[in-house]
Amino acid sequence: MSRRLITRRTALQGLASSAVVTLAGCAMNEPPTYGNVLRMGDWLTYNAHRLLLPRQALAREYDLSDISNAPAIGTTDPTDPGQPGFVQEFAEDYERFVRAGFDDWRLTVEGSVSKPGSFSLEDLKRMRSRTQITRHTCEEGWSAIMQWTGVPLRAVLEAAGIRDDARFVQFHCYDAFVDGIDMFDALHPQTILAYGMNGRELPVAHGAPLRVRVETQLGYKSMKYLRGLVVTSEFDDNGPYGMIQNGYSWYAGI
Amino acid sequence: MSVTPQRQALWVRVCHWLLALSIFTLAYSGFYVLMAHPRLYWGEVGNDLTPSLLDLPLNDNYRPEAWRENATFNTLPHKPVSASRTFEIFNENGWARSLHFLAAWFFVVIGAAYFALGVVTKHVARDLLPGGAGPYSAVQRYAYTGVAFVLLPFMALAGLAMSPRVAAAFPVLLDVFGGYQTARTLHFAGLVLLAVFVVGHVALAVLTGFGRHLRAMVVGR
Repeated sequence: MSRRLITRRTALQGLASSAVVTLAGCAMNEPPTYGNVLRMGDWLTYNAHRLLLPRQALAREYDLSDISNAPAIGTTDPTDPGQPGFVQEFAEDYERFVRAGFDDWRLTVEGSVSKPGSFSLEDLKRMRSRTQITRHTCEEGWSAIMQWTGVPLRAVLEAAGIRDDARFVQFHCYDAFVDGIDMFDALHPQTILAYGMNGRELPVAHGAPLRVRVETQLGYKSMKYLRGLVVTSEFDDNGPYGMIQNGYSWYAGI
Repeated sequence: MSVTPQRQALWVRVCHWLLALSIFTLAYSGFYVLMAHPRLYWGEVGNDLTPSLLDLPLNDNYRPEAWRENATFNTLPHKPVSASRTFEIFNENGWARSLHFLAAWFFVVIGAAYFALGVVTKHVARDLLPGGAGPYSAVQRYAYTGVAFVLLPFMALAGLAMSPRVAAAFPVLLDVFGGYQTARTLHFAGLVLLAVFVVGHVALAVLTGFGRHLRAMVVGR
């Protein structure tokens, strides 16, 4: 008797959860479950984190003496045609920025904001800043501790006016890649747009002049070489430039 | 030597095989994840520019000579450096990590069901814990108890300590394990212990009548 009850309950729970998965996939206000079965696990992890870990807990911060040697991987020079993220027109722009010390570089902010526009590096440096010494956890398995100085993403979004329908922030970069985070992570106090590293200007290999730091996710969400932010009301997998079509989980809080 | 197999309830058999499948998938996908960076460290930090505890000879992803220095942070007393990688590594982590977590979800859900049913039906107290009334020997009891209630939960916790989001919510995990890289190293050590157990487990079944043991664990007699 008890055996049968458990079987029925398990079957019902399975049905209920697969219905939720299907619905969420259609609504497109969450990372999709399409593609293959692996995305279902990603979806489960994402929702379990958001449901069970609702507080904006801070990632551990370290001391100056903990700062370690630091690898730079992925795109380390947007002007190098041999790198996977190379885009000719971005490379030309980027080369010009480097020559001018990023004086004419601007960060565009558009989408679900009331005042779309752009910010120079000086504009961003005049806004409130945050310095944090955190552990970069690469999806490959290595880690490094570095100090980052930048403007909280929240401050930039608030300057541009966050509209009620804002759900995601997409990062467009001077390499080919585009990726995004939800507003929960975008408003996290440690999610900053960093222009300084270990007490000096952000080096080119680490994403000059501005990169994202998302300390509650794996390193690949901390996009380098920022070009612009697009605030969206719906989930966007960013097609061939996004993580999902490249075989990676969109959510990397794991 | 032939030993009469222990009769197992249906739920024990179902849980056994689903857990076996999820643990095999975890080991398989986990090994792929390890291959992307086959170096193990102690503490919070470890990368191609720092010394390791152990370099596993799995592939040639570790090529210290092929990194190009791009910055020295002179203002810090210990002058840490930064360097760029100049080569492509073997990395199948996209599918491997997602498969690892999909299997981990199965493992956690079925493991929890197994534990709950095991306590309620007294399967755990009678058959597994040392000193119980069932037919298993003391060695078997220590092995089963050690794997099911010590090693596997330890592996899950070490895995959670490696999650940036979970470690932010529960920084005590980093304190208990002594850092991200220590947790990663112990997670791998756990895999080695688990492999030793599986080899012994299967070897004992083979030595004492594999067909009968396999049938007993599938159809129950």
